[in-house]
Amino acid sequence: MSHEAVRVDPDMEYLTPGVVDLEQMFWTGLGATYTHCNQVWPNLYIGDKKTALEKPGLVEMGVTHIINAAEGTWNNVSTEMIHSLFLVNPSGDIFLEKHWKSVVSRSVCDYFLEAREKALDPEDVPPVISTPHHYLISIYRDKLFFLSVIQTEVPPLFVIEFLHRVAEMIQDYFGECSETVIKDNVVMVYELLEEMLDNGFPLATESNVLKEMIRPPTILRSVVNTLTGSSNVGDKLPTGQLSTIPWRRAGVKYTNNEAYFDVVEEIDAILDRTGTTVFAEIQGVVEACVKLSGMPDLTLSFMNPRLLDDVSFHPCVRYKRWESERVLSFIPPDGNFTLMTYHVNAQNLVAIPVYVKHSINFFESGSGGRLDLTVGPKQTMGKTVEGVLVTVHMPKTVLSVSLNATQGSYTYDNATKVLVWDIGKLNPQKLPNLRGSLSLQTGAPKPEENPSLNIDLKIQQLAISGLKVNRLDMFGEKYKPFKGVKYITKAGKFQVRM
Amino acid sequence: MLSMSTNNSSYNDQGGADSAVEIGQETTPTSNSGAGFGLFSTDFKKNDDLKEMLENNKESLKLEAMKRIVGLIAKGKNASELFPAVVKNVASKNIELKKLVYVYLVRYAEEQQDLALLSISTFQRALKDPNQLIRASALRVLSSIRVPIIIPIMMLAIKEAASDMSPYVRKTSAHAIQKLYSLDPDQKEHLIEVIEKLLKDKSTLVAGSVVMAFEEVCPERIDLIHKNYRKLCNLLVDVEEWGQVVIISMLTRYARTQFTSPWREDGVFDENSERAFYESDEEKTRDDTEIKPYTMDPDHRLLLRNTKPLLQSRNTAVVMSVAQLYWHLAPRNEVSIVTKSLVRLLRSHREVQYIVLQNIATMSIQRKGMFEPYMKSFYVRSTDATHIKSLKLEILTNLANEANISTILREFQTYVKSQDKQFAAGTIQAIGRCATNISEVTDTCLNGLVLLLSNRDETVVAESVVVIKKLLQAQPSQHSDIIKHMAKLLDNITVSMARASILWLIGEYCERVPKIAPDVLRKMAKSFTSEEDIVKLQTVNLAAKLYLTNSKQTKLLTQYILNLGKYDQNYDIRDRTRFIRQLIVPNEKSGALSKYARRILLAPKPAPVLESAYKDRDRYQLGTLSHTINTKASGYLELSDWPAVAPDQSVRNVEVIEPVKEWAPSLGKTGKSKPAKSSDDKFYSDSGEEEEDEKGSGTSSSNDGSSSSSAGLSLCLCVPPPGPVCVSGPAFVPEKSHNLLHRMTGKGLAAQYQFTRQPCLYQPNMVSVQISLTNTSDHRLEQIHIGERSPAGLKIHCFNTIGESHCFSTLDDTKEDQFSVSIQPAVGDLFLAVTMTEQDFRKEQGKLQGMNECSATITVTAENTSSQPLNRRVAAMANVGVVPSGQDNVHRFAGKTACSGAVLLVTVELRESSAAVITINTEKSVMGSMLLRDLKKSLAQA
Repeated sequence: MSHEAVRVDPDMEYLTPGVVDLEQMFWTGLGATYTHCNQVWPNLYIGDKKTALEKPGLVEMGVTHIINAAEGTWNNVSTEMIHSLFLVNPSGDIFLEKHWKSVVSRSVCDYFLEAREKALDPEDVPPVISTPHHYLISIYRDKLFFLSVIQTEVPPLFVIEFLHRVAEMIQDYFGECSETVIKDNVVMVYELLEEMLDNGFPLATESNVLKEMIRPPTILRSVVNTLTGSSNVGDKLPTGQLSTIPWRRAGVKYTNNEAYFDVVEEIDAILDRTGTTVFAEIQGVVEACVKLSGMPDLTLSFMNPRLLDDVSFHPCVRYKRWESERVLSFIPPDGNFTLMTYHVNAQNLVAIPVYVKHSINFFESGSGGRLDLTVGPKQTMGKTVEGVLVTVHMPKTVLSVSLNATQGSYTYDNATKVLVWDIGKLNPQKLPNLRGSLSLQTGAPKPEENPSLNIDLKIQQLAISGLKVNRLDMFGEKYKPFKGVKYITKAGKFQVRM
Repeated sequence: MLSMSTNNSSYNDQGGADSAVEIGQETTPTSNSGAGFGLFSTDFKKNDDLKEMLENNKESLKLEAMKRIVGLIAKGKNASELFPAVVKNVASKNIELKKLVYVYLVRYAEEQQDLALLSISTFQRALKDPNQLIRASALRVLSSIRVPIIIPIMMLAIKEAASDMSPYVRKTSAHAIQKLYSLDPDQKEHLIEVIEKLLKDKSTLVAGSVVMAFEEVCPERIDLIHKNYRKLCNLLVDVEEWGQVVIISMLTRYARTQFTSPWREDGVFDENSERAFYESDEEKTRDDTEIKPYTMDPDHRLLLRNTKPLLQSRNTAVVMSVAQLYWHLAPRNEVSIVTKSLVRLLRSHREVQYIVLQNIATMSIQRKGMFEPYMKSFYVRSTDATHIKSLKLEILTNLANEANISTILREFQTYVKSQDKQFAAGTIQAIGRCATNISEVTDTCLNGLVLLLSNRDETVVAESVVVIKKLLQAQPSQHSDIIKHMAKLLDNITVSMARASILWLIGEYCERVPKIAPDVLRKMAKSFTSEEDIVKLQTVNLAAKLYLTNSKQTKLLTQYILNLGKYDQNYDIRDRTRFIRQLIVPNEKSGALSKYARRILLAPKPAPVLESAYKDRDRYQLGTLSHTINTKASGYLELSDWPAVAPDQSVRNVEVIEPVKEWAPSLGKTGKSKPAKSSDDKFYSDSGEEEEDEKGSGTSSSNDGSSSSSAGLSLCLCVPPPGPVCVSGPAFVPEKSHNLLHRMTGKGLAAQYQFTRQPCLYQPNMVSVQISLTNTSDHRLEQIHIGERSPAGLKIHCFNTIGESHCFSTLDDTKEDQFSVSIQPAVGDLFLAVTMTEQDFRKEQGKLQGMNECSATITVTAENTSSQPLNRRVAAMANVGVVPSGQDNVHRFAGKTACSGAVLLVTVELRESSAAVITINTEKSVMGSMLLRDLKKSLAQA
């Protein structure tokens, strides 16, 4: 409930003051405190626009009709793109709120919490919810909801993208994005939010810029701060805000100059029950960790850039150079960043590194079934497949499983009906196998459909698409940096239908 | 309530306790009810110690207190009673403390207007601070304080900030415009003036924010954009990503009012209409002569070309906004270039997928071909969220055509088996839609659906029945066996919707199944009382229809059912029964209507149209909130239709713009072979030459073969270490550039240099010099670099070798040339502006007496006696910062030498009768006296 009304006892003797008295009160302001809503007579309230707009509050008070007696030019036109932000934990508690203009009552979140109650899974909560006076746009990330309140037309992706940036920034500053971490650093989070948005419009979202304004916490600095009373807040305008290179801070100095690039490729695939590929594609990302002094100007070239079908870049990459020469030319931000993401041309056949032999049967009698899974390497280009993890979402009626794994271990969560088999490294000589029986709820009908398998895996030192970095050149600085490239292939959304 | 009112005191206590709890736990800012205040004690105590801490002299305690207060605010608790204690700290020197006080002020000023006014003077002072960060943050906070009394002050501050030298401050002023507008819309006219001024700004930093302000305050004043249109298009690539979104959406609206439609009215490019291909040639030629050939406005093309690279942005909102721009503005055959990027976004977070899929769903209805090659990207995974699944299904259905339907149906078969029953039901509906849209597969689909009728899951069966019903209604002729099959199923199906549908089907086509229908009615009569309402209604309908067609067999049954219905608990059923009875059973009371009973009940009914839920979403602009929620959101601006005739194109013409002065050119961004003329507006982008040719505003390119092209680059001169003084941005950047190499001496290569007065990128103790090279010859110049002739003690951070300086005609004759040039900086350019307080200034001045001081008395011209022009003249002469001065007649400036960091102090003291004393204190006495000479000359000049 947002605005507690001031109650007046109906049985108390009360005389309406005369004009002179009223005037007196008006000028001296004796005892009258400003509240948004007063109950002036049993079930009769006088309130302001704010109260009138908050429907849940009105319902709670039992208001059925509103008479508008407002006049004047102090019209509150809300123009900002993002009005307020609420952080909500999985149990539905709001543990942080930030308003960029007038305060919006928490009760707007009720619409969201209602939708969350209805959804079976937090993922199923609709990202955009429309309420009578506001629009709620939320993201679900790291087990937290970031809920923003909007009042006017705005591109929804604009808000969603911003909320993800907030989450990334918290992750970047504190190492993880969780309720505990945010609660522990609430003041700094608040200061960050203040810098990231002005009047509902993003101001500084670049990590390099923010870190110059508000220094991230380190153990050493917090000790120093408590001793000296100095602060985390920078007093100079970050140079990045003003230069043509807003993503890089000035005056970077390292004793060891290093630049590392990780080419990470993910295979997204759907295999049908016979093992045929229904759909497969490769998505890649080049993650960079650049620790170079000064203002290095880097050029990264590939042996086979033709493989890349669609790319997206960090703002630092010069698009025209890519268009004309197919090289990445850029002045890097300091630290970790995602240089580019790419999609490999779908016409090229995608090598599927593993195969799965599977059979799952449910007995006609309806009391049980059998499961038999074998995983083996397929097109691995001679590398070892590691970190293999098979996840099966069992039908609702499967009560328990009793299986035997020749390699690795398995767990079955009866609440979520998820079977996880952690295999680890794949040995081509001795294929891992998981077999055993399933027991079903008694009396339940035989499950109609078979579950699907999700596979997770990792192959070191291999980019499955065959993409290779040719060379990295540095201009603009005199020193010799240490350079390194690493390739990893992972399974993305890799699904086998049984 | 009643029981409480019998006992006054207990009621009051109760109320008081309630509010105390309320305050203790959630404390809304407004719940300071009188009764609650007394019982505030626990919380009151806590806040009391905060108050003490704030009033303490120790900074650390104050800071601690403010941190706790901000923590309270973040939790949504009330801390408003601390306002007087907090506001005192607004002028604190500690930056962190100050920032936290700002946070507090912005939150509570609206509630405590009188007290908030106490802080205003602090901000007014800060608005004049030499540090741009302080000016900007003062404006930010000032404009966020929602107190109507200070509107005039805000207005003034905004106007001043809009012409501030720092682009960062100007950006803040653009944000403040919106805040003031929301506080007082009456200021609109004045604010538009500021917007107009800021729109002319050439800084990429300001562009996004001012367009944002434009969109909020005066989106209807499209005339303000004309002159800035080309500039905005050209700056776009280098504007920060959030600004890009705003500018693109504004330019979309602009283009729809200013250009003519690139879509041919006869739909030649519309792939869905095949008329163009089958048209007789004769007809076509006639059409062509009638329609004036369409030529795209070059400005329209400019917009499309300059937004295209942004499809590669990592920001999903930018990609989406470019996609919608192409959808609404590009010729039909070009729209498909956005497909790939949109499909890429599907790899992003679930929320992004949701929005993008919605937009693709709308697009795919009109333009199947755009997404068909990427059909497999819309295959559903079992791990997708429910709303993602249904959107993918929607798109797959939209994409279905004769060629791919078998693939899609095979995929659908997997989905039907999904554990997510809601999704399975959606799939069945999708199959139904495919069946109606593509006549070739109708039978296959029907058979498939009939098979599903024996599924174990009720939802699946029910949905199949409903869809089959719709399909049969479309073509009932030859499907009596399906109806028979469904009649048999009636015994097993328990979902009421499905039962009702079967009953309706049998009733509707009872003449096709004359034997079964009465039997079904008999069974239903038996179970009537235990059925759901919807089934009962359909049973009554079935009875009525059978009574009309086969009264011999069913008369008694019908009577029985109507009797049951008459006493049903549900009034709908009672009403229906009464109505039907009157209609079908002729008696003396029933009027003329019963004659028509057969025609009423058994009228042929139109088949339901199975179509996409996204069918009419295209009335909203893509990518908007309104499109997502499918209702008009407040503040949504309609996209206007193309004008039939283009408005005057010349309004967008602008004179050649002066080069930007505020920014240090960066070596990195300088592409090779950049035309000189474009360096003003394209400096930051990597735009190559081919763009330049098509730019409307006349460039001198390729007239007489002696076309020019040049390269901008910067090099830095350096000598050892800097001092620890706070360097601020330059107060003034001279526009004058000096000749380094004349084109005659340089054999066609001309070079000019200019001091940018920007802190150097490479080393803080270097001075940036911007050199522009222009190739005025008619041959190619290659391998331009700086030789190693630098004098001792001078370090040059050179640019890399420039591969070639391009020109249009190529004559290959290789020759090596060397030119000796020298750069002669004015002494004032070797300083860096420094900010310091008056106190520090005096302290420094005290250290630099005697030898280190030189002074002169001059007669200044009348106009230089006021502070503004005087400051400007000094700043033009030397890169020094203004030191705030307590005396009106004394002006102080501070700087330091770039190389050694030695402090330089300039004092100008105005005396009577336009006399003035210039005093310069610096340990670099040579530089001091040189500067003194320059200043004397400059200030004495008219």
